[in-house]
Amino acid sequence: MSTHAHSDHHAHQGHGHGDHGHGHDDHGHPAGAHGTFGSYMIGFVLSVILTVIPFWLVMNGTLDNATTTVVILALAVVQIIVHMVYFLHMNGRVEGGWSMLAMIFTIIVVFIMFSGSLWVMYHLNYNMMPGMTHDMSKMP
Amino acid sequence: MTTTVEAMHGSHAGHDTPRDATPPVFYVRDEHAHEAASTALGFWIYLMSDCLIFAVLFATYGVLGTSYAAGPTPKELFDLPLVALNTSMLLLSSITYGFAMLAMEKGRTGQTQAWLFITLLFGLAFLGIELYEFAHLIHEGAGPGRSAFLSSFFTLVGTHGLHVTFGSVWLVTLMVQVARRGLIPANRRRLMCLSMFWHFLDVIWIGVFTFVYLMGALR
Repeated sequence: MSTHAHSDHHAHQGHGHGDHGHGHDDHGHPAGAHGTFGSYMIGFVLSVILTVIPFWLVMNGTLDNATTTVVILALAVVQIIVHMVYFLHMNGRVEGGWSMLAMIFTIIVVFIMFSGSLWVMYHLNYNMMPGMTHDMSKMP
Repeated sequence: MTTTVEAMHGSHAGHDTPRDATPPVFYVRDEHAHEAASTALGFWIYLMSDCLIFAVLFATYGVLGTSYAAGPTPKELFDLPLVALNTSMLLLSSITYGFAMLAMEKGRTGQTQAWLFITLLFGLAFLGIELYEFAHLIHEGAGPGRSAFLSSFFTLVGTHGLHVTFGSVWLVTLMVQVARRGLIPANRRRLMCLSMFWHFLDVIWIGVFTFVYLMGALR
Protein backbone atom coordinates (compact mmCIF):
# COMPACT_ATOMS: atom_id res chain seq x y z
CA MET A 1 0.00 0.00 0.00
CA SER A 2 1.49 3.25 -1.06
CA THR A 3 -1.50 5.30 -0.03
CA HIS A 4 0.08 6.64 3.14
CA ALA A 5 2.97 8.28 1.36
CA HIS A 6 0.61 10.19 -0.87
CA SER A 7 -2.21 10.94 1.50
CA ASP A 8 -0.25 13.66 3.29
CA HIS A 9 0.95 15.05 -0.03
CA HIS A 10 -2.62 15.68 -1.06
CA ALA A 11 -4.09 16.48 2.30
CA HIS A 12 -4.98 20.00 1.17
CA GLN A 13 -7.38 18.67 -1.41
CA GLY A 14 -9.74 17.08 1.02
CA HIS A 15 -13.30 18.25 0.59
CA GLY A 16 -15.95 15.68 1.18
CA HIS A 17 -15.54 12.63 -0.99
CA GLY A 18 -13.37 10.05 0.63
CA ASP A 19 -11.58 8.48 -2.30
CA HIS A 20 -9.90 11.38 -4.01
CA GLY A 21 -6.52 11.09 -2.32
CA HIS A 22 -5.05 8.37 -4.43
CA GLY A 23 -7.56 8.56 -7.22
CA HIS A 24 -5.45 10.62 -9.54
CA ASP A 25 -1.88 10.70 -8.40
CA ASP A 26 0.03 7.64 -7.43
CA HIS A 27 3.40 7.67 -9.12
CA GLY A 28 3.67 11.20 -10.43
CA HIS A 29 2.14 12.26 -13.71
CA PRO A 30 3.69 14.00 -16.67
CA ALA A 31 1.26 16.87 -16.31
CA GLY A 32 -0.66 18.98 -13.94
CA ALA A 33 -0.02 17.41 -10.63
CA HIS A 34 3.41 18.85 -9.93
CA GLY A 35 3.43 22.35 -11.31
CA THR A 36 3.47 25.46 -9.16
CA PHE A 37 2.57 29.02 -10.07
CA GLY A 38 6.27 29.85 -10.09
CA SER A 39 7.26 27.01 -12.40
CA TYR A 40 4.46 27.82 -14.85
CA MET A 41 5.50 31.49 -14.91
CA ILE A 42 9.17 30.62 -15.43
CA GLY A 43 8.15 28.37 -18.32
CA PHE A 44 5.91 31.05 -19.78
CA VAL A 45 8.49 33.84 -19.58
CA LEU A 46 11.18 31.60 -21.10
CA SER A 47 8.77 30.59 -23.89
CA VAL A 48 7.94 34.21 -24.67
CA ILE A 49 11.64 35.11 -24.87
CA LEU A 50 12.39 32.03 -27.00
CA THR A 51 9.50 32.91 -29.33
CA VAL A 52 10.23 36.63 -29.65
CA ILE A 53 13.92 36.20 -30.51
CA PRO A 54 13.42 34.01 -33.64
CA PHE A 55 10.54 36.17 -34.92
CA TRP A 56 12.60 39.30 -34.37
CA LEU A 57 15.65 37.78 -36.11
CA VAL A 58 13.65 36.74 -39.17
CA MET A 59 11.50 39.85 -39.44
CA ASN A 60 14.42 42.25 -39.09
CA GLY A 61 16.95 40.19 -41.03
CA THR A 62 19.77 41.10 -38.68
CA LEU A 63 21.89 38.06 -39.45
CA ASP A 64 22.48 36.31 -42.76
CA ASN A 65 20.05 33.53 -43.67
CA ALA A 66 22.27 30.54 -42.88
CA THR A 67 23.13 31.82 -39.39
CA THR A 68 19.51 32.76 -38.70
CA THR A 69 18.35 29.26 -39.69
CA VAL A 70 20.79 27.62 -37.30
CA VAL A 71 19.88 30.03 -34.47
CA ILE A 72 16.10 29.66 -34.82
CA LEU A 73 16.35 25.86 -35.02
CA ALA A 74 18.49 25.83 -31.87
CA LEU A 75 16.04 28.15 -30.09
CA ALA A 76 13.12 25.91 -31.16
CA VAL A 77 14.84 22.89 -29.60
CA VAL A 78 15.46 24.85 -26.38
CA GLN A 79 11.84 26.02 -26.32
CA ILE A 80 10.56 22.46 -26.81
CA ILE A 81 12.69 21.36 -23.84
CA VAL A 82 11.34 24.30 -21.78
CA HIS A 83 7.76 23.26 -22.59
CA MET A 84 8.51 19.63 -21.76
CA VAL A 85 10.00 20.53 -18.38
CA TYR A 86 7.78 23.38 -17.20
CA PHE A 87 4.41 22.59 -18.84
CA LEU A 88 4.46 18.82 -19.33
CA HIS A 89 6.54 18.27 -16.14
CA MET A 90 8.74 15.73 -17.83
CA ASN A 91 11.63 14.24 -15.89
CA GLY A 92 13.29 10.85 -15.48
CA ARG A 93 11.14 9.86 -12.49
CA VAL A 94 7.68 10.23 -14.06
CA GLU A 95 5.93 6.83 -14.24
CA GLY A 96 9.08 5.19 -13.01
CA GLY A 97 10.98 6.38 -16.07
CA TRP A 98 8.62 4.85 -18.63
CA SER A 99 7.42 8.21 -19.94
CA MET A 100 11.00 9.30 -20.48
CA LEU A 101 11.81 5.99 -22.17
CA ALA A 102 8.81 6.33 -24.51
CA MET A 103 9.86 9.88 -25.33
CA ILE A 104 13.49 8.96 -26.04
CA PHE A 105 12.31 6.14 -28.30
CA THR A 106 10.03 8.58 -30.13
CA ILE A 107 12.82 11.11 -30.53
CA ILE A 108 15.12 8.45 -32.02
CA VAL A 109 12.42 7.25 -34.47
CA VAL A 110 11.56 10.84 -35.43
CA PHE A 111 15.21 11.72 -35.94
CA ILE A 112 15.90 8.68 -38.16
CA MET A 113 12.70 9.15 -40.16
CA PHE A 114 13.03 12.93 -40.53
CA SER A 115 16.72 13.24 -41.36
CA GLY A 116 16.57 10.06 -43.46
CA SER A 117 13.67 11.39 -45.56
CA LEU A 118 15.35 14.73 -46.21
CA TRP A 119 18.70 13.15 -46.97
CA VAL A 120 17.38 10.46 -49.32
CA MET A 121 14.96 12.76 -51.15
CA TYR A 122 17.56 15.48 -51.55
CA HIS A 123 19.94 13.06 -53.22
CA LEU A 124 17.11 11.54 -55.27
CA ASN A 125 16.15 14.94 -56.63
CA TYR A 126 19.76 15.91 -57.14
CA ASN A 127 20.60 12.76 -59.10
CA MET A 128 17.40 12.27 -61.07
CA MET A 129 16.68 15.76 -62.34
CA PRO A 130 19.88 17.67 -62.97
CA GLY A 131 18.23 19.99 -65.47
CA MET A 132 15.56 21.34 -63.16
CA THR A 133 17.74 23.48 -60.99
CA HIS A 134 15.15 26.11 -60.15
CA ASP A 135 13.72 24.26 -57.19
CA MET A 136 15.87 21.17 -56.69
CA SER A 137 19.03 22.83 -55.51
CA LYS A 138 17.34 24.50 -52.58
CA MET A 139 16.18 21.52 -50.57
CA PRO A 140 16.32 22.25 -46.88
CA MET B 1 -4.18 3.34 7.23
CA THR B 2 -6.41 0.51 6.09
CA THR B 3 -8.74 0.82 9.03
CA THR B 4 -9.11 4.57 8.48
CA VAL B 5 -10.23 4.07 4.93
CA GLU B 6 -12.58 1.31 5.95
CA ALA B 7 -14.11 3.47 8.62
CA MET B 8 -14.55 6.38 6.22
CA HIS B 9 -16.16 4.17 3.67
CA GLY B 10 -18.34 2.44 6.20
CA SER B 11 -19.84 5.71 7.39
CA HIS B 12 -20.09 7.03 3.86
CA ALA B 13 -21.96 4.02 2.51
CA GLY B 14 -24.68 4.39 5.13
CA HIS B 15 -25.71 0.78 5.59
CA ASP B 16 -24.34 -1.28 8.48
CA THR B 17 -21.79 -3.53 6.79
CA PRO B 18 -19.75 -5.67 9.13
CA ARG B 19 -16.17 -4.46 9.38
CA ASP B 20 -14.64 -7.64 8.04
CA ALA B 21 -16.65 -7.32 4.82
CA THR B 22 -15.09 -4.02 3.76
CA PRO B 23 -11.61 -5.10 2.55
CA PRO B 24 -12.91 -6.14 -0.90
CA VAL B 25 -14.20 -2.57 -1.34
CA PHE B 26 -10.78 -1.23 -0.43
CA TYR B 27 -9.24 -3.62 -2.94
CA VAL B 28 -11.52 -2.29 -5.67
CA ARG B 29 -10.37 1.26 -4.90
CA ASP B 30 -6.78 0.21 -5.13
CA GLU B 31 -7.47 -1.12 -8.63
CA HIS B 32 -8.95 2.25 -9.45
CA ALA B 33 -5.82 4.06 -8.34
CA HIS B 34 -3.67 1.98 -10.63
CA GLU B 35 -6.07 2.62 -13.45
CA ALA B 36 -5.60 6.37 -13.03
CA ALA B 37 -1.84 6.03 -12.91
CA SER B 38 -1.72 3.91 -16.04
CA THR B 39 -4.04 6.38 -17.80
CA ALA B 40 -1.28 8.99 -17.63
CA LEU B 41 1.30 6.64 -19.12
CA GLY B 42 -1.13 5.35 -21.76
CA PHE B 43 -2.09 8.87 -22.75
CA TRP B 44 1.56 9.85 -22.93
CA ILE B 45 2.22 6.93 -25.30
CA TYR B 46 -0.74 8.11 -27.41
CA LEU B 47 0.86 11.56 -27.56
CA MET B 48 4.14 10.02 -28.64
CA SER B 49 2.34 8.19 -31.47
CA ASP B 50 0.69 11.49 -32.40
CA CYS B 51 4.17 12.96 -32.41
CA LEU B 52 5.12 10.38 -35.06
CA ILE B 53 2.17 11.49 -37.23
CA PHE B 54 3.40 15.07 -37.06
CA ALA B 55 6.99 13.97 -37.71
CA VAL B 56 5.85 12.29 -40.94
CA LEU B 57 3.97 15.44 -41.97
CA PHE B 58 6.99 17.61 -41.12
CA ALA B 59 9.21 15.32 -43.21
CA THR B 60 6.71 15.49 -46.09
CA TYR B 61 6.78 19.26 -45.87
CA GLY B 62 10.56 19.20 -45.69
CA VAL B 63 10.73 17.14 -48.89
CA LEU B 64 8.01 18.97 -50.83
CA GLY B 65 8.34 22.42 -49.27
CA THR B 66 10.40 23.83 -52.12
CA SER B 67 8.36 22.35 -54.99
CA TYR B 68 6.45 25.51 -55.88
CA ALA B 69 5.35 24.38 -59.38
CA ALA B 70 6.18 27.93 -60.52
CA GLY B 71 3.56 29.13 -58.04
CA PRO B 72 3.83 31.42 -55.02
CA THR B 73 6.69 30.94 -52.57
CA PRO B 74 6.43 31.04 -48.78
CA LYS B 75 8.14 34.40 -48.67
CA GLU B 76 5.36 35.88 -50.80
CA LEU B 77 2.54 34.14 -48.93
CA PHE B 78 3.34 34.10 -45.23
CA ASP B 79 2.28 37.01 -43.09
CA LEU B 80 4.69 36.83 -40.15
CA PRO B 81 2.95 39.38 -37.85
CA LEU B 82 -0.22 37.26 -38.17
CA VAL B 83 1.76 34.10 -37.35
CA ALA B 84 3.30 35.88 -34.34
CA LEU B 85 -0.21 36.80 -33.15
CA ASN B 86 -1.32 33.20 -33.65
CA THR B 87 1.69 31.91 -31.74
CA SER B 88 0.98 34.23 -28.82
CA MET B 89 -2.65 33.02 -28.70
CA LEU B 90 -1.52 29.41 -28.35
CA LEU B 91 1.20 30.29 -25.83
CA LEU B 92 -1.28 32.26 -23.70
CA SER B 93 -3.76 29.37 -23.86
CA SER B 94 -1.00 27.08 -22.56
CA ILE B 95 -0.31 29.21 -19.50
CA THR B 96 -4.02 29.72 -18.75
CA TYR B 97 -4.52 25.96 -18.90
CA GLY B 98 -1.64 25.70 -16.43
CA PHE B 99 -3.52 28.09 -14.12
CA ALA B 100 -6.64 25.93 -14.50
CA MET B 101 -4.62 22.91 -13.35
CA LEU B 102 -3.28 24.87 -10.35
CA ALA B 103 -6.83 25.90 -9.43
CA MET B 104 -7.94 22.28 -9.83
CA GLU B 105 -5.22 21.08 -7.45
CA LYS B 106 -6.54 23.54 -4.85
CA GLY B 107 -10.05 22.17 -5.41
CA ARG B 108 -11.48 25.52 -6.57
CA THR B 109 -14.16 24.56 -9.07
CA GLY B 110 -15.21 28.07 -10.11
CA GLN B 111 -11.66 29.26 -10.65
CA THR B 112 -10.86 26.11 -12.67
CA GLN B 113 -13.88 26.70 -14.88
CA ALA B 114 -12.94 30.35 -15.40
CA TRP B 115 -9.39 29.51 -16.49
CA LEU B 116 -10.68 26.71 -18.73
CA PHE B 117 -13.05 29.18 -20.37
CA ILE B 118 -10.22 31.68 -20.97
CA THR B 119 -8.15 28.82 -22.43
CA LEU B 120 -11.05 28.00 -24.73
CA LEU B 121 -11.24 31.63 -25.90
CA PHE B 122 -7.53 31.69 -26.74
CA GLY B 123 -7.88 28.34 -28.52
CA LEU B 124 -10.82 29.65 -30.56
CA ALA B 125 -8.91 32.85 -31.34
CA PHE B 126 -6.05 30.70 -32.64
CA LEU B 127 -8.44 28.71 -34.81
CA GLY B 128 -10.14 31.88 -36.07
CA ILE B 129 -6.83 33.44 -37.13
CA GLU B 130 -5.73 30.20 -38.78
CA LEU B 131 -8.99 29.85 -40.70
CA TYR B 132 -8.69 33.50 -41.78
CA GLU B 133 -5.16 32.79 -43.04
CA PHE B 134 -6.31 29.66 -44.91
CA ALA B 135 -9.28 31.48 -46.46
CA HIS B 136 -6.99 34.34 -47.48
CA LEU B 137 -4.52 31.94 -49.13
CA ILE B 138 -7.25 30.03 -50.98
CA HIS B 139 -8.80 33.32 -52.09
CA GLU B 140 -5.44 34.38 -53.52
CA GLY B 141 -5.33 31.17 -55.55
CA ALA B 142 -2.78 29.55 -53.23
CA GLY B 143 -5.00 26.66 -52.18
CA PRO B 144 -3.80 23.15 -51.38
CA GLY B 145 -4.12 22.15 -55.03
CA ARG B 146 -1.75 24.82 -56.31
CA SER B 147 1.60 23.13 -55.68
CA ALA B 148 3.22 20.33 -53.70
CA PHE B 149 4.52 22.97 -51.30
CA LEU B 150 0.98 24.20 -50.58
CA SER B 151 -0.43 20.66 -50.37
CA SER B 152 2.08 19.69 -47.70
CA PHE B 153 1.67 23.07 -45.97
CA PHE B 154 -2.12 22.73 -45.68
CA THR B 155 -1.81 19.10 -44.57
CA LEU B 156 0.69 19.86 -41.80
CA VAL B 157 -0.85 23.08 -40.48
CA GLY B 158 -4.38 21.80 -41.06
CA THR B 159 -3.71 18.63 -39.05
CA HIS B 160 -2.45 20.77 -36.18
CA GLY B 161 -5.55 22.96 -36.50
CA LEU B 162 -7.77 19.86 -36.40
CA HIS B 163 -6.05 18.79 -33.19
CA VAL B 164 -6.74 22.20 -31.66
CA THR B 165 -10.37 21.94 -32.85
CA PHE B 166 -10.86 18.56 -31.18
CA GLY B 167 -8.99 19.80 -28.12
CA SER B 168 -11.50 22.66 -27.90
CA VAL B 169 -14.43 20.24 -28.22
CA TRP B 170 -12.86 18.14 -25.48
CA LEU B 171 -12.40 21.29 -23.36
CA VAL B 172 -16.10 22.19 -23.66
CA THR B 173 -17.04 18.60 -22.80
CA LEU B 174 -14.91 18.69 -19.66
CA MET B 175 -16.30 22.09 -18.63
CA VAL B 176 -19.80 20.57 -18.80
CA GLN B 177 -18.56 17.53 -16.86
CA VAL B 178 -17.00 19.69 -14.15
CA ALA B 179 -20.14 21.85 -13.97
CA ARG B 180 -22.32 18.79 -13.47
CA ARG B 181 -20.13 16.56 -11.31
CA GLY B 182 -17.53 18.88 -9.80
CA LEU B 183 -13.82 18.10 -9.48
CA ILE B 184 -14.27 14.38 -8.88
CA PRO B 185 -11.21 12.12 -9.39
CA ALA B 186 -12.39 11.04 -12.83
CA ASN B 187 -12.69 14.67 -13.94
CA ARG B 188 -9.29 15.51 -12.48
CA ARG B 189 -7.81 12.65 -14.48
CA ARG B 190 -9.55 13.84 -17.65
CA LEU B 191 -8.40 17.42 -17.13
CA MET B 192 -4.85 16.15 -16.64
CA CYS B 193 -5.01 14.23 -19.93
CA LEU B 194 -6.33 17.30 -21.76
CA SER B 195 -3.59 19.41 -20.19
CA MET B 196 -0.98 17.04 -21.63
CA PHE B 197 -2.76 17.17 -25.02
CA TRP B 198 -2.97 20.96 -24.98
CA HIS B 199 0.66 21.54 -24.02
CA PHE B 200 1.70 18.92 -26.57
CA LEU B 201 -0.07 20.89 -29.32
CA ASP B 202 1.87 23.97 -28.26
CA VAL B 203 5.10 21.97 -28.57
CA ILE B 204 4.11 20.92 -32.11
CA TRP B 205 3.34 24.56 -32.94
CA ILE B 206 6.92 25.52 -31.99
CA GLY B 207 8.03 23.19 -34.77
CA VAL B 208 5.44 24.63 -37.17
CA PHE B 209 6.27 28.29 -36.71
CA THR B 210 10.02 27.62 -36.80
CA PHE B 211 10.26 25.07 -39.60
CA VAL B 212 7.36 26.21 -41.80
CA TYR B 213 6.83 29.93 -41.30
CA LEU B 214 10.16 31.38 -40.18
CA MET B 215 12.37 29.14 -42.34
CA GLY B 216 9.91 29.60 -45.20
CA ALA B 217 10.24 33.35 -44.94
CA LEU B 218 14.03 33.01 -45.01
CA ARG B 219 14.13 31.05 -48.28
